[in-house]
Amino acid sequence: MSAQSLPQAPTQRRLPRINPVYVLVAALIIAIVVMNPAFGEPTGYMNYLKRVAALAILSAGALYVIVSGGFDLSVGSIMTLTVIGSSMLASNDPNSTYWIIPLMLGIGAVVGLINGLVVSYLKVPSLIATLGMMISLNGVAFMWSGGAPRGYLPDTFRFFGRYNITDIPLITLLPIAVICLVGFGLLLWWGMHRTNFGRMLHAVGDNPQAARLAGVPVERVRISAFVVSALTAVLAGVILGGRAGVSVDIGSGFELQAITAAVIGGAQLLGGRGSVPATIAGALALEAIFTLLNLLGLAQPVRLVVQGLILIGAVALATYQRKRAGQ
Amino acid sequence: MSDAPFTAPKRFRFERHASAILLLSAIALYVALVLMLGQTRFLTLDNLVAILGRSITLGITAIGQTFAILIGSIDLSVASVISASAVVTSVVMNGDPSMMLPAVLAVLALGALIGLVNGLVISRLEVNPLIATLGMSLIIQGVLSYYYNNFAGNVPVEFQVFAYGAVGIVPFSLVFMFVLAGCAWFILRFTRFGSDVYSVGGNKDAARLAGIKTARVVIGAHVICSLCAAIAGIYLASRLRSGAPWIGAEGVYDLESIAVVVIGGTVLAGGRGGIWGTMAGVIIFSLIDSIFNVAGVDAFVKQVLRGIIIVAAVAFYAVRSRRLVA
Amino acid sequence: MNEPPVIEMRGIGKSFPAVRALHDVSFTCHKGEVHALCGENGAGKSTLIKILSGVYRPDGGEVLIDGATQHFRHPQDALLAGISVIYQEFSLLPERTVAQNLFLGREPLKLGLIDSKAMEAETRRVLGLFGIRHRIEPDTLVADLDVASQQMVEIAKAISLNAKVIVMDEPTAALNEAECEVLFALVDQLRSAGTAIIYITHRMREVTRLANRVTVIKDGEIAASFDHVPAPETIVRAMVGRDISEFYPVPARPQDIGPTMLTVSGGGNHALRDIDLELRAGEIVGLAGLQGAGRTPLAMAIFGAAPFTRGSMTLDGTTVALTSPRDAIRAGIGMLPGDRKAEALVLMQSVRDNGMLTSRSFAGPLGGHKANRFTDLAGMNALLDRMKVRAPSYEQEMRFLSGGNQQKAIVARWLALKPKLLIFVEPTRGIDVDAKASIYHLMRDLARAGTAVLMVSSDLPEVVGVSDRILVMREGRIVGSFGRSATEAELMLAATGETEVAA
Repeated sequence: MSAQSLPQAPTQRRLPRINPVYVLVAALIIAIVVMNPAFGEPTGYMNYLKRVAALAILSAGALYVIVSGGFDLSVGSIMTLTVIGSSMLASNDPNSTYWIIPLMLGIGAVVGLINGLVVSYLKVPSLIATLGMMISLNGVAFMWSGGAPRGYLPDTFRFFGRYNITDIPLITLLPIAVICLVGFGLLLWWGMHRTNFGRMLHAVGDNPQAARLAGVPVERVRISAFVVSALTAVLAGVILGGRAGVSVDIGSGFELQAITAAVIGGAQLLGGRGSVPATIAGALALEAIFTLLNLLGLAQPVRLVVQGLILIGAVALATYQRKRAGQ
Repeated sequence: MSDAPFTAPKRFRFERHASAILLLSAIALYVALVLMLGQTRFLTLDNLVAILGRSITLGITAIGQTFAILIGSIDLSVASVISASAVVTSVVMNGDPSMMLPAVLAVLALGALIGLVNGLVISRLEVNPLIATLGMSLIIQGVLSYYYNNFAGNVPVEFQVFAYGAVGIVPFSLVFMFVLAGCAWFILRFTRFGSDVYSVGGNKDAARLAGIKTARVVIGAHVICSLCAAIAGIYLASRLRSGAPWIGAEGVYDLESIAVVVIGGTVLAGGRGGIWGTMAGVIIFSLIDSIFNVAGVDAFVKQVLRGIIIVAAVAFYAVRSRRLVA
Repeated sequence: MNEPPVIEMRGIGKSFPAVRALHDVSFTCHKGEVHALCGENGAGKSTLIKILSGVYRPDGGEVLIDGATQHFRHPQDALLAGISVIYQEFSLLPERTVAQNLFLGREPLKLGLIDSKAMEAETRRVLGLFGIRHRIEPDTLVADLDVASQQMVEIAKAISLNAKVIVMDEPTAALNEAECEVLFALVDQLRSAGTAIIYITHRMREVTRLANRVTVIKDGEIAASFDHVPAPETIVRAMVGRDISEFYPVPARPQDIGPTMLTVSGGGNHALRDIDLELRAGEIVGLAGLQGAGRTPLAMAIFGAAPFTRGSMTLDGTTVALTSPRDAIRAGIGMLPGDRKAEALVLMQSVRDNGMLTSRSFAGPLGGHKANRFTDLAGMNALLDRMKVRAPSYEQEMRFLSGGNQQKAIVARWLALKPKLLIFVEPTRGIDVDAKASIYHLMRDLARAGTAVLMVSSDLPEVVGVSDRILVMREGRIVGSFGRSATEAELMLAATGETEVAA
């Protein structure tokens, strides 16, 4: 009597559907190389990867919070605090790096913990909680540096963001930042896609009530996501500070760039769906777009406009596709 | 169909009066601190008026934000709109009194346009309001920074009366803000649009089933929100005598306007709250700011505390809910 | 009745991807008539109502009002045509007043502004129809009203819309005796005013008291239609009569029943009191009762999701205090919640991920997701096979499966942990007949393997057919205990505390 057919199940599931973000990155890279053949040289593309490393790691970490159903808008300010704090504490002592970086990671963990606790137990929406944290952390950075950062980062610190290993066959140079990108990228991929935690994270973002009744420790999972996000922000800060030096608003704007990268990579903003490799590809795409804008001679503010359009466009597109698929 | 028995919404009583309680507490705290520190000069009428005067920009913005939050949406682009509005005002006026009216009209049109786009993106493209308004904020910032990177233009002395003029001892701007609040209250209370705002915020599906054109209500609320932000920018230009692209972000008007609305008893999910609650929230924030001044708190420390207070204010209301929030 | 009926449904059919909800349903209601519609859960009543109210469009057949065919494209069309539906879930706005709710979207205007005086006057007039006893002020916030008053407001809204047809779906579900009487008086008034009322209920007492005609719907088709009000037994027989012998599995034999697994003594919280019960291995215990009786709260209390605040509980001999689902699961209790979509399914995840969710939550968070101490991917595949979950692959996202297969996958989730006690809440809600049967057999197999099974169900035939022992709840307490030989009538009696026969 009743039909056993499954509703709207796509039948052509033989080939794995390739995420459009990879196609996008490829297309953009090709466009850049066409406009500027020097990009095809190791000095060209390695520098590009060096530039994008901080954002890519940051985005992959921010993805954890997005998949769990929230937003972490404090990551930019964590980056700023990392850079400013490190420069204030280091005062050019090369050995200080070895305790400064762990200290910063510790601070980052505490910030992430606070974010997580405020969202989980005080029930403040993550948007507001992390925006408030962002304001406070920026204030702390101001306080610490008195408005004008003194001291500068020693070479041992800047090693991660600035140093290149040279004389390598075939690719000529290999920036440490790229090694970090690959290393941390793999680590974050493993955490999201190969562990039980990653699966629980997806469940919490998709249906927190069902997750809770299935025995998932929802609060602990959420808090952990915020801690991961904050820790990656510290790492991104170290790399960024190494490459770009110290300035008082160095991290500003990165939180939105991270969200944009995740959205380009196909993450769902209400939680439950997201992929680390695709998000990293999203960061690559975003940086490629910025590079393209530079090549076209367009000024810095145009970046902001483009980013805003991409953010809205990517989410609108995703919503449209979801509705078409009948969800 | 759940087996939910005997529900008694007792905690509602508290939430409805919470903003009044908070206001009285803030006043009490202020008075106590002033008396304790022996700085009784802070208790003069002049000073109290000055307290409110510092929050005009925030207050005007918050009036608009109330509409956005009441329908269950939110507007994070207000800071950029304030910046853009201030810059355009001072650039168009450029010290010329005959350009005052055209400048105001141009800015209001700009504000309405931005609100319209926000509303369309949210209702027709069904983009999350956070993303829609954050994205819009980026676009506005980009366009603004493209043309200007410092104070630009000049507001003629005649127009500065907006910020500096007075009606008796009361600043004109304060009167203006309360009149604006009054108009907003009137709209919410006595027009069908106002009623629809509450209905859409309370239960969008029920509103749609009852025949309300929800998209129009969403767009209308966002237009009002952006218009108020534009007016706030005009005021700010009048006070600073010029406009620059960063003044909106510097004042953190986006997050603070949201916090003020929430403290005033308007629920983030929409459907409950009102203008006078928001005004109470503005007063509370002014008092807190003044408490910092009286206590001689450092500007940077103030910023750190600001973030904490905003989160605490929202937590105060949110912690009682049992929803699984993200 | 010589004039055409106010409302007529002719040959209505409606199918969904996995189930045929309605087939060739024809139904009429005349002016000034109360037509009772009876049927058990899943019979198709709510689908019928949704078609009437314009939420669904029928696949076949037509709806006529006063003889004219209607095409509802939007619920608003049905409203304008004069059909008002009072749902079980209210569509009121809690933060608005009674008057504001009544005039939602159509506030009267004077000089362009809302005419509150007119609104208030009209609201008073409509509320006045309820009689003086029930005083509801037009400016009260709906959130401040008790459930019964809220229902009155819903009905008042329908009246003020000058509805020709009012459909009431289980209106007395949340009302007490006195409130029911007020409702019945109101229905009488509406009837004499000429409104056509379609009254959906499974309580025979109400059918006897109110109805002019009775129609029974079963499995999506009209099972019986009466021009008068027949004896309750006749109605009930039409509702449930089916060949049930092959449908339900064999009961437990005495040797299947093992030691006591769970005891609760003096258990209570804000929704429950004086709960004393005992569940044994190998036994399926059914928990019956009307909506609001406390069955789901009891299940949630045992599972730690809404814990007991008084009394004590032992599991497999040890005293336990379970204050969270994690505690309960760790101790060996599992639960399939009643609202699958909201409480059990992670729709964007694969079938296998849904199955593995609980076992992964209790393995180390950094442990690999492929295998843990409870099961591994191959083991879960095997479990899903055993449950006969039908999907092109277990990588398929859960949202593409039919209700029955989704439910079976969730059972696999719990089987991986080999629980001592498994609680099923409304296990076959929204599931077609074939899948229902396989779930019953699944429950029996589980019991035979030594698990204690507690089944909460609103479906009386299911309770009678599957359980070895039945507990009936009412108003937060357990009021009766029955064996297999209980009849649906006896259970209903205990559930309602009535002395008349009920379905």
